[in-house]
Amino acid sequence: MVPTKDKEKILTAIFWLLALIIVGILFSLIAYIAVRGLPGLSMDFILQAPSRAGKEGGISTTILGTLYLTAVALFLAVPLGVAAAIYLEEYARPDSKFAWLVNLTAETLAGIPSIIFGLFGFVFFVIFLGLGWSIISGALTLAFMVLPTITRTAQEAILSVPREYRENSLALGAGKWQTVCRVVIPPALPGIITGIILSIGRAVGETAAIILTAGSSLNMPLSLSDSTRTMSVHLYLLAMEGVSMERAFSTAFLIIILIIIINYLANLSLKRLAVNN
Amino acid sequence: MNNRTQEITVGTMDAAKLLAIRSFTRKNSTLGFNRDKLVETILMLNAAIFILAIAAISLFILIRGLPLIFKVGITDFLLQLEWNPTAGSFGIGTMLAGTLAVTLTALLWAVPMGLATSIFMVELAPPRIGTLMGSLVELLAGIPSVVYGFFGLIVIIPFIRNYLGGSGLSVLAGAIVLGVMILPTIINISRDAIAAVPLDYKVGSLALGASHYQSIRRVILPAARSGIITAIILGMGRAIGETMAVVMVTGNSTIIPHSILSPTRTMTSNIVLEMGYASGDHQAALFATGVVLFIFIVILNLVVNLTLKAGKNYGAN
Amino acid sequence: MNPKIKIKTSDISVFYKDFQALHGINMDIQEHKVTALIGPSGCGKSTFLRSINRLNELIAGTVIRGQIYIDASPVYCKEMDVVALRKQVGMVFQKPSVFPMSIYENVAYGPRIHGIKNREQLDEIVENSLKAANLWGEVGERLNAPAAGLSGGQQQRLVIARVLAVEPQVILMDEPASALDPISTARLEELIGELKKNYTIVIVTHNMQQAARISDYTGFFLNGELVEFSATNELFVNPRDQRTEDYITGRFG
Ligand SMILES: Nc1ncnc2c1ncn2[C@@H]1O[C@H](COP(=O)(O)OP(=O)(O)OP(=O)(O)O)[C@@H](O)[C@H]1O
Ligand SMILES: [Mg+2]
Repeated sequence: MVPTKDKEKILTAIFWLLALIIVGILFSLIAYIAVRGLPGLSMDFILQAPSRAGKEGGISTTILGTLYLTAVALFLAVPLGVAAAIYLEEYARPDSKFAWLVNLTAETLAGIPSIIFGLFGFVFFVIFLGLGWSIISGALTLAFMVLPTITRTAQEAILSVPREYRENSLALGAGKWQTVCRVVIPPALPGIITGIILSIGRAVGETAAIILTAGSSLNMPLSLSDSTRTMSVHLYLLAMEGVSMERAFSTAFLIIILIIIINYLANLSLKRLAVNN
Repeated sequence: MNNRTQEITVGTMDAAKLLAIRSFTRKNSTLGFNRDKLVETILMLNAAIFILAIAAISLFILIRGLPLIFKVGITDFLLQLEWNPTAGSFGIGTMLAGTLAVTLTALLWAVPMGLATSIFMVELAPPRIGTLMGSLVELLAGIPSVVYGFFGLIVIIPFIRNYLGGSGLSVLAGAIVLGVMILPTIINISRDAIAAVPLDYKVGSLALGASHYQSIRRVILPAARSGIITAIILGMGRAIGETMAVVMVTGNSTIIPHSILSPTRTMTSNIVLEMGYASGDHQAALFATGVVLFIFIVILNLVVNLTLKAGKNYGAN
Repeated sequence: MNPKIKIKTSDISVFYKDFQALHGINMDIQEHKVTALIGPSGCGKSTFLRSINRLNELIAGTVIRGQIYIDASPVYCKEMDVVALRKQVGMVFQKPSVFPMSIYENVAYGPRIHGIKNREQLDEIVENSLKAANLWGEVGERLNAPAAGLSGGQQQRLVIARVLAVEPQVILMDEPASALDPISTARLEELIGELKKNYTIVIVTHNMQQAARISDYTGFFLNGELVEFSATNELFVNPRDQRTEDYITGRFG
């Protein structure tokens, strides 16, 4: 029989190994895509418009499309989501049925897969409201998708602000809203920003919902009613339709770089929150 | 911090005192009071967006999908294996099977792996390594599904084709890619649950002479059970709903998968593959597929939110 | 001479859900005097203090019965503007909690809230408040530094300056010295002695020597009741109630 001590050593080794495998998966994925994507990545690739369905040229219009969609979606979702978080944490009574329902629906919304958002966006924005396959349809759909992230991170950030700040402010004769604006939101801001950054990540990577609502036009997006294609949608079509594997790799690599930067910024911002409170 | 109920029994007040109040209250006090109330109302309306969103999503998807389900018949729609929408056959049986096969196979390896990793992060790893793992898992979670799908298409499929046979486009490929994608969900939630187990439990167990691993198995994991179940269910929800990665690696044939090497089509793939050109009943059938998916997901989420998380402080309040 | 009563509490009871934390407290607090509240932990001193500026109602399920009069106007009534009340009744908490902003902004917080925008006026208020709180000498040169960088004692005086800037008439202090070192405590006590010329001060303290040193009147709380309330000398030298005597001689608590 193996002595307990040795058994535990073997178990420990297995746990380390499993953790290493996960790290290995992550790094091999990034490294592989980097190695294959780097050669095709150039200034021209970023700045030139695609031609022949992406077989030639760069991916500039898809970068712009991604930016455009993300910006509009955040413009819509951030005020709503942050306001909802402020309401839930600062105003709602703990026994409020309404707040309970909001929290429940927010959780549910967070769990809904993007394809469902895509279907909804398609039938509601594209067809019912007649907005067509367009940036505005895509952005509205995306806004719904990132709302739970924004609200939940903002809720956590607000919750992390010491209770004493509020008491002190109120004791000085500040009103509720003054207190929220002046001593609750400022220290919570890095956390709120983390939520926004994470939402940008979600927007950059989103594919299924975007195909169904914003279409996949490769033209330069000019107005909100233009159809557009994001980098992720572009990657999907390049790979699935076998247009150009080389360009698919470079696009994938660019997306990964973006996601790494976004993750880094989100962490940075979270550390700020910890310092603040 | 919230405004709370209170009951104030006001003492008897004479005219002089009432007069005194007036000098004490701000001139614009009613104005100030109203502003706070107004702000509260506006914020509350904002918060209602979540209720509206869920209501609108349910409504529009059901309206588009349900009629077809009833037309075809619920059992026929769910269990018929024939999907030939242009010829009027709307059975999603093969896709239900496909979703089930891919999801379960993914859970089969991702749950133990994720659980082990979260135990590793909380209980075994030096704190610095644990934190580092945490950031790497975040990164894993941040990588878009289409990138995973692409990686699967380029690396995993040729691998399966060369070493295991078949075309490579298969349940297995889907399960591998999906498993990686749901690892962060499983790891994060079960890690939080394990970390939340009071230190006393562990100390108590160790004091009784149990080894570290015995404490983990007999004390910590049971105490973290509901969190771990939450992790598995939410991971499952994520797997069922995942689209882009799966569509890229499973081959998408509408057949019942007979082995993990056979190709398959999931419900999500079905929608994204055909939505581009579908119309009429065909389109309605895709929405109907969405209805089934939606109901699955909502049930999973409600189970988590109403039973497992109930009484716990996830999120707000 | 007939001293003026600044705060009169009439039968104040406070309930946290089912738990009654205060049982019908009657107390007359005199203007320009220091009134100390002593008693074992959990006896309701903080609850009493927080009912004067209506801070208790921020806690879920709190019910308050009875009435408090400040300058003969009732505090608990519909017409009362809580904001105006809290402007007149400042509060210093146990743990100095400076806002995460500069020293200047901390002190200017209250005046700004109450609508003062003029920079010169604010400068003046900040300077005067810091001087009154005995802090000007130490921080006058670095008003724009973050307040969090000050020492605990300095932070507590900054919090007092922040309260003074709102020009209250009453200052409630809840164990303001409990987180301070002896030197900072001595400075704080000295400051309280100066402040009482212009303010009415109610202070909760666990330190009986401190109560004896700085207060004019002392109230002894036990289990939510006001056991004894009288001039400080009298209470410490000649307690009327056996429980008071037991407490101040350290026989329990
Ligand atoms: N928010 C609350 N909810 C329920 N009970 C409370 C709450 N705050 C205080 N209590 C209870 O009311 C009683 C009085 O509390 P209070 O804080 O006024 O005591 P205290 O005399 O200030 O004590 P200490 O000297 O420790 O500060 C205590 O028994 C306390 O447990
Ligand atoms: Mg207290």
